[in-house]
Amino acid sequence: MKLHDLSDLAFRNLREAVLRNSLTTLGVAVGVASLVAMLSLGVGLQQLASSRLAKSGLFDSIFVTPKTNLRRPGGGPPATRTPDAKARPLDADARTEISRLPNVIEVYPQIRFFTEVRYDGKPFATMVAGMPESSKASGAFDGMQGSFFSSPNADEAILQAEFAKELNPQTASLIGKDLVLRYAERQSLPAQPGDPAENSGGFSVVPREKHLRIMGVVETEPASGFGGFGTGRLLIPLPLAETLRAAQVNDLRDILRDSSSDKPAYSSLTVRVKSPSLVETTEAKLKELGFSAFSLLDASKSLRIFFSVFDLLLGIFGSLALAVATLGIINTLVMAILERRREIGVLKALGAADRDVKELFFVEAGVMGLFGGMLGTLLGWLIGRSLTLGTNLYLHRQNLPGVDISSVPWWLVLGAIGFAVLVSLAAGLYPASRAARLDPVQALRYE
Amino acid sequence: MTQLPPAIQLASVSRHYLMGESVIRAVNDVSLKVPTGEFLALLGSSGSGKSTLLNLIAGLDRPSSGSVIAEGQDLSKMSALELARYRRQTVGMVFQSFNLLPRMTLEENVELPLRLAEVDRSERAARVREALERVRLEKRIGHRPSELSGGEQQRTAIARALVNRPKILLADEPTGNLDSATGESILTLLREIQKNPGMTIVMVTHERTLAERFADRLAVMGDGKLVSNGDRR
Repeated sequence: MKLHDLSDLAFRNLREAVLRNSLTTLGVAVGVASLVAMLSLGVGLQQLASSRLAKSGLFDSIFVTPKTNLRRPGGGPPATRTPDAKARPLDADARTEISRLPNVIEVYPQIRFFTEVRYDGKPFATMVAGMPESSKASGAFDGMQGSFFSSPNADEAILQAEFAKELNPQTASLIGKDLVLRYAERQSLPAQPGDPAENSGGFSVVPREKHLRIMGVVETEPASGFGGFGTGRLLIPLPLAETLRAAQVNDLRDILRDSSSDKPAYSSLTVRVKSPSLVETTEAKLKELGFSAFSLLDASKSLRIFFSVFDLLLGIFGSLALAVATLGIINTLVMAILERRREIGVLKALGAADRDVKELFFVEAGVMGLFGGMLGTLLGWLIGRSLTLGTNLYLHRQNLPGVDISSVPWWLVLGAIGFAVLVSLAAGLYPASRAARLDPVQALRYE
Repeated sequence: MTQLPPAIQLASVSRHYLMGESVIRAVNDVSLKVPTGEFLALLGSSGSGKSTLLNLIAGLDRPSSGSVIAEGQDLSKMSALELARYRRQTVGMVFQSFNLLPRMTLEENVELPLRLAEVDRSERAARVREALERVRLEKRIGHRPSELSGGEQQRTAIARALVNRPKILLADEPTGNLDSATGESILTLLREIQKNPGMTIVMVTHERTLAERFADRLAVMGDGKLVSNGDRR
């Protein structure tokens, strides 16, 4: 029989016992819904984690240090390392060269320094960190009070909530107020007569003040990019931090290692590339340039493995309901064979081959699977949305930004419907072959 | 004038069933020839084996021994698929209880064999109408079987049996569920159909009077054997 004739007859048969077939289809739908809801949670959580990590810059960043840096990541314990005498300095020229590498979108140093903040006439000691413009997109500032810096060079500051509470327990009232940053500016000294030519002089530190306007208060301490701009409680724009030329923790070490000069040399640079897939090639290029480079690609791989296993487990649990639904299909079709025994006999007497009868029952099972799959996918999506809604209500009460914990991508929609049809066809195998094997003479005698 | 080969030729056909340890000889060593174009009535009491014999000719059952040759095809040597094709193309069947599918209209019931034979949709409507016109039911085309009388249902069943233009029409007690007047009209219809050159009809019945009036020949079965081969009338 042709497919459209088979489908037509199958639909007629399904309509004939509409209640029973609808309930069976609903059983399939519930099974598919549980599968889709589970997997949508798995996919949603994976997307959430991936996007958070992608935003954090952990996986599209490369941490670059000069080979002279004994504290660079990788290469064994610092005590066992020796500085490379001919190592290339990580200075402004190197920064420019790195920023011109293909696929590099941002190169920034880590600038952190101790400072005294004066607010409302009182002194507060804290750590200042320079924030690159890209940190705005890292997600760390989502749900912050106030706003991000108005421009990359603005004389503005964002306070970490705990520090802000020290200034004023009513943190919201701080926004728009000014504070004074007192810091030590590093000024180089001319070389002393008799020093080796390659040695520059030391530097002196000069106390300075900078007036900053408080733009916002952020709950968590931004830690975008490993070795990046974390662990600061008073955040200022990175370009501003660079112009301050504040003496940093590393400066004393640098001067002892003869690398101190007026020309800025960085202890490390964070290089961001367009996407995590470009990290590996860029890392190799950085090494070719003569620097140490390190990235967290392996950690991203582990994350993918974790979520694959997580999805698999969710899929297995979700499939249990579908497995029960297949029993429903088998039951419905076996009942249909009993009821339609005579009809099968008539069909065979009119010339239907065993294959025609088998295909008819197969199509009926497939149609139940198709409709159950479509309805189930819709239900699963609704369950996922409800879970997201519930979660966001809870997060909203906790004053936290909302998240999307479920996701039903197209591959899941098509996969779930396809799987439902496949499972239904498998469930139809036994009834279909049983119907096909019916003896027409016996079937025609059946009352 | 050249003699046409028989439409149906049974040679020492037996059909035995095992029931527990005993063997039921439903059809026992029956040999019979039905010439092309003949209207044969197969008479016998209940359990005489006439319906079993008809099922063997219809290709619904296989003989335990002997051969059944219909329109030159040896059914005993056919595969299940070939037998299905034979039932679709060579024979048409009419049953005592009509066996129409109740949820289908007349048109759809008659169309069913065309679907099985994979006849093009464009051709089907005309073929269905032609078959229903032959049984004078073209005006009831959209009705369901439950809306028809017994006689009309049997006429629909005849139209369904004829729609694939078979060479042999097999009727199992076609008047069994009908009153005598309606039964007579059905046999009149079968007789009309038989007038089509080449159409062979085998009808199982226990109504001797009707059979004598309409059939060309009467064969009688008893206890699985052919008691009388009958003479052509």
